[in-house]
Amino acid sequence: MMGVLGTAQLGMAPIVAHIFSKNDDGSASFGWVIGRILVVLLMVHVILILGALMVWAERRVSAWMQDRIGPNRVGPQGLLQPLADLGKFMFKEDVIPGHVNKVMYTIAPLIATIPALITFAVVPFTGSYETVGGESVAVSWQIADLNIGVLYILAIAGIGVYGIALGGWASNSKYSLLGGVRASAQMISYELSLGLAVVPVVLMAGSLNLGEIIAYQAENTWLIFTQPLAFFIFLTASYAETNRLPFDMPESETELVAGYHTEFSSMKFALFFLAEYANMTVAAALVTTLYLGGWTFFGLETLGWGMGVLIFSLKVIFFLFAFIWVRWTIPRFRYDQLMNLGWVVFLPLTLINVVLTAGAIALDQTWMFFLLPVLLIAAACVATWIGWKRDEDKFQPLPTAPAAGEEGHA
Amino acid sequence: MTTVLFIVFGGMALVSALLAVTRQNPIASAIWLVGMFFGLAGVYVVLEAYFVAAVQVLVYAGAIMVLFLFVIMLLDLRTKQLDEEGPPKMPIWGVLAAVLFIVASGWALMDAVGTPGFFPDAEERAALELDGSAKAIGADLFGRWLLAFEVTSILLLGGILGAVILTKRRLT
Amino acid sequence: MTVTVKPVRRRKASFLDRLYLPAIAKGLSITFMRMFKPKVTMQFPEERWTVRDEYRGMPVLVSDDEGRPKCVACSLCEFVCPPKAIFIVPDELEAGNNVERGPAVFDLNMLRCIYCGLCEEACPEEAIFMSKNYLVWGAEREDMIFHKDKLYELGGVREEGVKKWKDK
Repeated sequence: MMGVLGTAQLGMAPIVAHIFSKNDDGSASFGWVIGRILVVLLMVHVILILGALMVWAERRVSAWMQDRIGPNRVGPQGLLQPLADLGKFMFKEDVIPGHVNKVMYTIAPLIATIPALITFAVVPFTGSYETVGGESVAVSWQIADLNIGVLYILAIAGIGVYGIALGGWASNSKYSLLGGVRASAQMISYELSLGLAVVPVVLMAGSLNLGEIIAYQAENTWLIFTQPLAFFIFLTASYAETNRLPFDMPESETELVAGYHTEFSSMKFALFFLAEYANMTVAAALVTTLYLGGWTFFGLETLGWGMGVLIFSLKVIFFLFAFIWVRWTIPRFRYDQLMNLGWVVFLPLTLINVVLTAGAIALDQTWMFFLLPVLLIAAACVATWIGWKRDEDKFQPLPTAPAAGEEGHA
Repeated sequence: MTTVLFIVFGGMALVSALLAVTRQNPIASAIWLVGMFFGLAGVYVVLEAYFVAAVQVLVYAGAIMVLFLFVIMLLDLRTKQLDEEGPPKMPIWGVLAAVLFIVASGWALMDAVGTPGFFPDAEERAALELDGSAKAIGADLFGRWLLAFEVTSILLLGGILGAVILTKRRLT
Repeated sequence: MTVTVKPVRRRKASFLDRLYLPAIAKGLSITFMRMFKPKVTMQFPEERWTVRDEYRGMPVLVSDDEGRPKCVACSLCEFVCPPKAIFIVPDELEAGNNVERGPAVFDLNMLRCIYCGLCEEACPEEAIFMSKNYLVWGAEREDMIFHKDKLYELGGVREEGVKKWKDK
């Protein structure tokens, strides 16, 4: 089973492969366990380094978009800037204000960070084609081959908000509390749309296993083509879930100082940062896996597992770039607009999407899969049109402005 | 191994539940309740019910307790206020409810233990296709237990309507 | 108190406006194209901006075209200096110099200087000038008090202007 990634598949010499492989009867050998731990450590470090690089990328890209240059002094192109930042965070004084709830204040950054790191266990980062029962099937490689991978990620990612909400509450400061409260409210509003946007994917692939979803996409077509609406809503909801602009209400530095991490300093603050970037990476990986075929790219992935890693990384990097790109384009939503979008727009749309997709599958009308995108986009347009009609009176032009001097008094 | 894990997760659930009801601070209570859900999810995993475990964390720990936390934060309950209110005025109703619950659940349990296949061994599980997958649970929920499922839905709908009527002072 | 209400005429949002997506796509394309536009940031230590002649930088003392100090320690700049950044101890110069007086001590405290340029205006000998030097720094407070030698070194020779004591 290639889904079980031992070090053997990393192309090492046979003797090394033997040390890290399972016993002949399939039970876990000592070397196999060590190999697994090494792979886990590798993945965790990849995420941590990616998070650090994201900080650099965010600063550079935002600078480019604002006609600036950005950090370019530490190392080539400023690539070592995250290291310098880390050094700064390490040696800064770790201030714990006197008015905080010490226990929760201390564990809140950890609660925020750990879920972000462990969600990566089920993300398939590459794979290969294998012949199973006479058919060529795309088999994904991941650390843990979980049959309920999608649910696992959604469940664990939902835990991260406790770190933010508790951090805000334990800080015992108005700004932090408001940030924490907003985080929890936003989380609930968007987790629903997020989950419902995944349902059509699961329905079409017929599995909750991320590897099997990729296999389905490799066999048929990428789900972004058959489920564009679900893709779009999932992408938008994941922006809200990771507290990124235009939905960064918990942080919103223009109104709440720094939101939930106002009172945090030193590495505690850095951990919140790390959690945000790790969450972004998970969201990007999830969008890639669910809607863009993961490590597949129109047959290019057959060149080997290294190509799969490259394709997967490039897709993830594109979505990470999109996170930054959107951040510097779309201004922050107002709180009521945020709630309106989540409950009034996205929730009905995702429900319609689920019903239409389920109907197409139940009737076994696969040709409808090609009609679905059109239908769904039409549904979205009709919904917008209804809203436009409803609000029409709000946008009626006012009576011609009175002449100067006749301005109304109130 | 399974037994050890069961004891660890079961113990975690029990201790967290105990701490959740004894904490003075409502936020701490809520956090221990989340710990309890995780312990319960762990128990489900030990029982090879991965789907139920994931849904447990997703729905209860991920959504419902976040909502609880949100409400507690908004209400800003202080431990002092709770102390001033003192113990519940009419503990008799609480005791009555507890007794009713124990009797009802005990009755249901005693009734079920007798039926064959309540504690399925490996062979019976294979025959029933109880592999803890989403498919098995879906088939069971929307086949064998459809009526119970729908009745539960109506019960929840009633709860929602009740909440709306309680919060809206005047229905227009 | 009356509040003046000015009705603002709003354009009716069209159907496309309500979809928001065209506007978002437009915004995204604008920010994307911006990434490849020329940058305005100046890489400071390597690149410097051109300083205009009117610029009022740090005040310095200048010498005349024969390299002789121009300051005669009249103390007018010390007197006029609003933040009292200048400290002068006048001294009589020995015979043979072009002038009879000069400063024994001329301290300029750059922690106090406000770059007002009044010293330059007050100086009858045109001996003190606002230079173009905007990089004034020191690791300690002492470093920020500039003494006479340093001020002359920074000022250098300035040939234009009055040369009252040229022939002496």
